[in-house]
Amino acid sequence: MTPHLLKLSGIGKQFGGLSALTDVSLHINAGEIYGLIGPNGAGKTTLFNVITGLYQANSGEFRFNGHSYQTPKPHLLAQAGIARTFQNIRLFANLTALENVMIGCHVRTHAGVFGALLRNKATRTEERASMQRARELLRYVGIDKPAQTLAKNLSYGEQRRLEIARALATEPLLLALDEPAAGMNATETERLKVLLQNIRAKGITVMLIEHDVKLIMGLCDRVAVLDYGRKIAEGVPDEVRGNPAVIAAYLGADDE
Amino acid sequence: MEIFLQQIINGLVQGSVYALVALGYTMVYGILGLINFAHGEVVMVGAMLALSALTAMTGWGLSPLLALPLSLLLAMAGCMLLGYSIERIAYRPLRHAPRLAPLITAIGVSIVLQNLAMMIWGREYHAFPQLIANQPHHIAGAIINDMQIIIIIMALAIMAGLMVVVHRTRLGRAMRAVAENQHAAQLMGVDVNRVISITFMLGSALAAVAGLMVSANYGLAHYYMGFLLGLKAFTAAVLGGIGNLRGAMLGGLLLGLIESLGAGYIGDLTGGFMGSQYQDVFAFFVLIAVLVFRPSGLLGERLAERA
Repeated sequence: MTPHLLKLSGIGKQFGGLSALTDVSLHINAGEIYGLIGPNGAGKTTLFNVITGLYQANSGEFRFNGHSYQTPKPHLLAQAGIARTFQNIRLFANLTALENVMIGCHVRTHAGVFGALLRNKATRTEERASMQRARELLRYVGIDKPAQTLAKNLSYGEQRRLEIARALATEPLLLALDEPAAGMNATETERLKVLLQNIRAKGITVMLIEHDVKLIMGLCDRVAVLDYGRKIAEGVPDEVRGNPAVIAAYLGADDE
Repeated sequence: MEIFLQQIINGLVQGSVYALVALGYTMVYGILGLINFAHGEVVMVGAMLALSALTAMTGWGLSPLLALPLSLLLAMAGCMLLGYSIERIAYRPLRHAPRLAPLITAIGVSIVLQNLAMMIWGREYHAFPQLIANQPHHIAGAIINDMQIIIIIMALAIMAGLMVVVHRTRLGRAMRAVAENQHAAQLMGVDVNRVISITFMLGSALAAVAGLMVSANYGLAHYYMGFLLGLKAFTAAVLGGIGNLRGAMLGGLLLGLIESLGAGYIGDLTGGFMGSQYQDVFAFFVLIAVLVFRPSGLLGERLAERA
């Protein structure tokens, strides 16, 4: 049996009187690529934010890598091994590409105030290691512009890949991507697909929300479908594709 | 010419102090978007703590050369604790409140600190002991003394050190990341609360140094000294572009020069109608002019980028 890396049971999230998620249960197995789809407003991003700790669920249980989390703080989840990218890119625009990735290394490094002020040997070694790792990651995601380029001066596709590099720098067990292919052309999407397959081959579990159904179906091992904050289907892509509830959610139910 | 050079020296000394204090304003603003109006009071507390420590230590017969750095360290530690507490108690609970709320709280904290200081140290002016032989040096007719040289050198060294910390270390990178996007920084594993606390502590340590410098230079300390100094340093931060570290340094030095040159020449320029007592007016004239003509300051980003 494959171990569950992430397990959500009965997750509910309300904003005021509005119920964004109702009783959502799902699990993600270690080593798989898991897709989350659904029509606009289905609650995909809300669920995504709950998984990465940006929102706190009002009810339900959250287990990651064998630990239960009550009110998970984002930086603690990052430490536990969940990394994410954003739908609208949120890089540190005025930091260099290299610095952006080095920020990701923060989870695994420790130098604090005294390290910064005294610059002792341990600090310098740690800095060098972070910098080296950051350079490797930039190469890995295919950014060949100089590492000192400010993030805001990279192209759109490069910024998206830089976000992935920054997330990988946290050495995640689960990489969560919020619409990674948004705004990409066919070539860029194909390149992204290869990159994600490579990342999974390294043993990192990948979860993504995506509008590009073709990408999801071609890439994911399992797919869940949300509609009006509820999970209406889950399974391998072919099963989900033929599921009447999914077809109804996407195309509108046939009332007659 | 002697007057000119003398005013340049005075301006640089005063400007160094403004720059150190302005850095505290600008660091906090850069990270939280908050104008910490209590920062001037932290400078005052730094001066008072240093003064008390100095008096006590010299009373025990400690040599001034040892007592001076020791009391500086003590004042810095005290102010760091104070800065940490201010953030923790007064600002953190309001982190997600509308921006006006922490601003008003800041003014409240400032009043509380002034009154506490008045209760502890009293209303009178305290003479700051002259501990080191303050040798005057003559350069081309102008006079600069040891204390002023120490102030300028120390301020420059501290500013250079701060730039290294902010631009070359893990902590500085975290500070810049938090300044740009708290959420994203958090998701990368940066402990945002810790970074904010450290920022307040660093700013407060600089304030303590500035407090000691001011009172050593003028030979006075007073519970109300932080108010005007704080306002002027805030002006310096705005002049340079608030949120921008280089801007705070530039703004501080410039404001010091503008003030002292203005005070030196206003008498001649107005035919004796206005004298150097109008010195304080220059700072606020500059503030108004900057806000009207270049609200983002000399080195500031365009406002649109911040929003």
